[in-house]
Amino acid sequence: MIRNIGKNGAILAAFAILTTLLIVLTSLATDSTITQQQQSKLRQTLNTVIPANLHENDIAANCVIVTDAQLLGPSANRRIYRASVNGEYVAMAIEATAPDGYSGDIDLLVGTRLDGTVTGVRVLSHRETPGLGDKIDASISDWILAFNGKRYSDESRSRWAVKKDGGQFDQFTGATITPRAVVSAVARAVQFGQQNQSELLQAENNCALDTDHEDNAHAQ
Amino acid sequence: MHNEYRELSWQGLWKNNAALVQLLGLCPLLAVTSTTINGLGLGLATTLVLIGSNTTVSLVRNLVPNEIRIPIFVMVIAGFVTITQLLMNAFTYDLYLALGIFIPLIVTNCAIIGRAEAYASKNPVHYAAFDGLMMGLGFTSVLVLLGALREVLGYGTLLAGADRLFGDWASVLTVSVYHADSAFLLAILPPGAFLGMGLLIALKNALDNRIEKMFAQQQPEKTVTRARVTTESN
Repeated sequence: MIRNIGKNGAILAAFAILTTLLIVLTSLATDSTITQQQQSKLRQTLNTVIPANLHENDIAANCVIVTDAQLLGPSANRRIYRASVNGEYVAMAIEATAPDGYSGDIDLLVGTRLDGTVTGVRVLSHRETPGLGDKIDASISDWILAFNGKRYSDESRSRWAVKKDGGQFDQFTGATITPRAVVSAVARAVQFGQQNQSELLQAENNCALDTDHEDNAHAQ
Repeated sequence: MHNEYRELSWQGLWKNNAALVQLLGLCPLLAVTSTTINGLGLGLATTLVLIGSNTTVSLVRNLVPNEIRIPIFVMVIAGFVTITQLLMNAFTYDLYLALGIFIPLIVTNCAIIGRAEAYASKNPVHYAAFDGLMMGLGFTSVLVLLGALREVLGYGTLLAGADRLFGDWASVLTVSVYHADSAFLLAILPPGAFLGMGLLIALKNALDNRIEKMFAQQQPEKTVTRARVTTESN
């Protein structure tokens, strides 16, 4: 009986070691490709929110990590990517979260010039209702492009709302909560960029291509 | 000997179809089939895991004591799912993002451990691998059918997002059947999946009934040969 238990235990352990070994090998073999995929996806999104004429640097490798629960949403360590032309910073891409979507958080990437003009917004992840709230996704509708060229300032603050609330952005038929959440999250993100501009531009680069950044990317 | 292959194909694809007859793996099935490509992607991933786990289970079937076979099967399956997930993460990244949580959920697909226990653990490797392939293809075909049904009804397209699975060239495969200003929500949301699944099962049963009736009509003329046929197939 005891011998049997020992034998079965050994067999189980052997299988555990073997399967773990296989997974480790696959993980090692695919690790660099996965990081590359994540980086290229990030680059692709960054390039859509900051047009090519506004950056000469590798935006994905130049960022500041900040935390501001009020303006950027509850999660810590948001990245602010900085775009430069001729060594001068001209635009930023800000990671922000709309915590008040219809079903859960909506993660956004907001591109803005230094004067507060939005250059582009993309939804990174969301769980809004298919067919209704998911029109905020650029692959489903063009709605998100309405932000392009809109300038946020303290005077124009009241215009940063959906039309139903007296603002300038369309809502969707049957879904007002989602666009309302996105519009105010974008406004807050730009506001954050404006308020903290000088610190953000002077801060040291936290995203220089190093292992630390990759680790963070995995942790997300 | 080749009869075994024919029997396995027939069982896997139709008679004992994992989704339509055994009703296994419904959670991922109903959740991801909002488009054809999502269905195909998860189907192929499941097939890959099925072939891998069936092969491995069959290879080790004589080494594994009966008492601990289930934990070992689970370990093998979990290992293959993790490997598949890593491979998809590396090589079909967009699809990986779209299928998200449902890839790890393949582990909980009872069809896989069911086949390991019911077939692979008792049969030689080549049959077990073939059984995995056929069961997987049967499952995949239901995912694709249901996905196509819901996509056409809901979005008015077919094969949208094919580039996520096959690379950029495949975006030409997308067919726009009709254009609707707003999607037909019922088809896209979970209730649509249940309704579609019910219709597919009903359709299969209706087909089975019709075939049975056709045979029943032919039967009387062949009463003499019938006995012989039965003994042969046994």
